[in-house]
Amino acid sequence: MQTLLQQLINGLSLGSIYALLALGYTMVYGIIKLINFAHGDIYMLGAFWGYYVINYWHFNFIFALLSAMLVCAVSGVIIEYLAYRPLRHSPRIAALITAIGVSYFLENGMSYLYGSSTRSFPQIIKQVNYHFGGVQISNIQILILVTACLLMILLQLIIKRTKMGRAMRAVSVDPDAAELVGININRTISFTFALGSSMAGAAGVLIGLYYNSIDPLMGMTPGIKAFVAAVVGGIGSVPGASLGGFLIGLLETGVQAIGLSAYKDAAVYLVLIIILLILPAGIFGKNTKEKV
Amino acid sequence: MAMLSVDNLAVNYGVITAVKGVSFEINEGEIVSLIGANGAGKTTILKTISGLLKPVSGTITYEGKQIQKEKAPKIVAQGISQVPEGRHIFPGLTVKENLQMGAFLQSNHQQISDTFGEIYKRFPILKQRENQDAATLSGGEQQMLAMGRALMSKPKLILLDEPSMGLAPIFINEIFDIIKAIQEQGTTVLLIEQNAKKALSIADRGYVLASGEVKLTGTGQELLANADVQKAYLGG
Repeated sequence: MQTLLQQLINGLSLGSIYALLALGYTMVYGIIKLINFAHGDIYMLGAFWGYYVINYWHFNFIFALLSAMLVCAVSGVIIEYLAYRPLRHSPRIAALITAIGVSYFLENGMSYLYGSSTRSFPQIIKQVNYHFGGVQISNIQILILVTACLLMILLQLIIKRTKMGRAMRAVSVDPDAAELVGININRTISFTFALGSSMAGAAGVLIGLYYNSIDPLMGMTPGIKAFVAAVVGGIGSVPGASLGGFLIGLLETGVQAIGLSAYKDAAVYLVLIIILLILPAGIFGKNTKEKV
Repeated sequence: MAMLSVDNLAVNYGVITAVKGVSFEINEGEIVSLIGANGAGKTTILKTISGLLKPVSGTITYEGKQIQKEKAPKIVAQGISQVPEGRHIFPGLTVKENLQMGAFLQSNHQQISDTFGEIYKRFPILKQRENQDAATLSGGEQQMLAMGRALMSKPKLILLDEPSMGLAPIFINEIFDIIKAIQEQGTTVLLIEQNAKKALSIADRGYVLASGEVKLTGTGQELLANADVQKAYLGG
């Protein structure tokens, strides 16, 4: 029982980070039907930004987090503008391959500029462990969970309640009709990239605090896992991405807990295969039936 | 001077020339109907006026200004609103949210809520279904929602693309009554229809299109009485 609870806490902490990342995949897919493979690398940029501003400008946690979100939002908008927008009307495979190219560019660019070695993320918040009946939870885990949940609630409010959120939903279901009511499609897509990338930036700073180490290739595996999370939840669905993220986090820690650490990545991909076979639209995905 | 005048408009749809040198005019306060068979280029003309397609040649002049190069959001902002063929409401958004989208470019909250009142008065069913997912509405209700959404922008000119398509006869009559009411409240109407008889009976003037060209023009009554029109479009 204790182990189970302990793994639940560990799984939720990790899962909330996957959830933040998965949101970016799902929103971008929802609006331009692109799997943005460079999304994991935005998360890496967020972690590096956090590393620099904490070490050199002595930012505190909140400012490091907010500035990383801002920088990542701007990076996401620039990437969309330079790399994806010119391909808006090309076949989808062209944009997909470009996304992989952008991903390599960011990974290798950062390795070239700052070296590919692993750095230790500054421990800006001193870790304190709390014990409840044999279950241990750290202040950092609480911070990650609370921050991630707040961001997800905020995102949900933006999507559901604001004018730009409605515009995002309108563009994702019917771009032509959206233009006919006066929505600027390009601006809406930029806004979507900004939102998704800012979530990735926050996840980057949080993972730095949690795992304590960052490197230019750190975005690859979590990026793919978050993509799996988005597919599990139903790609295009925002609540689905959050749920999928938590599920993948729980699965990974669960597999580790039963002593199969070496297979934790394989387990995630196995889930992807199973989901694609039996529930291809994901948990919250809509089966697209078009009525003409 | 005409409110909207289309001069020698030519538009390609992919590699096909869908519209070749069409000219027509709409005066303020009129209902003008474009009729013609499938593939005559009617929808292409509307999409070009709305800014979704760009012409290869020709001009579209609206209130004295050429607008054929402007993008769709700019054109809505100038008071031209389109109800697209097949309705194109936003599924997954509620009825109310769909209507809010129609007022996307409006910033005066008082005016938006007044317009909401007018739309709900004209389409009481939308008020009843306010919080329902728009995708759950029937075809006729979706058509009313699409019209309501277009009216939310307070257009001076409304473009209707096949509003009666796929609707039950009872709804068809209702839709045409509403179109007439929209005109009576001061909005100019450009109506595209395959239901030529209905369309011409409420239209002040009409243009008959075939293979991308204007073949015939006249008042609604003249066209209804025309032997060629009767033979080709009215099943007479």
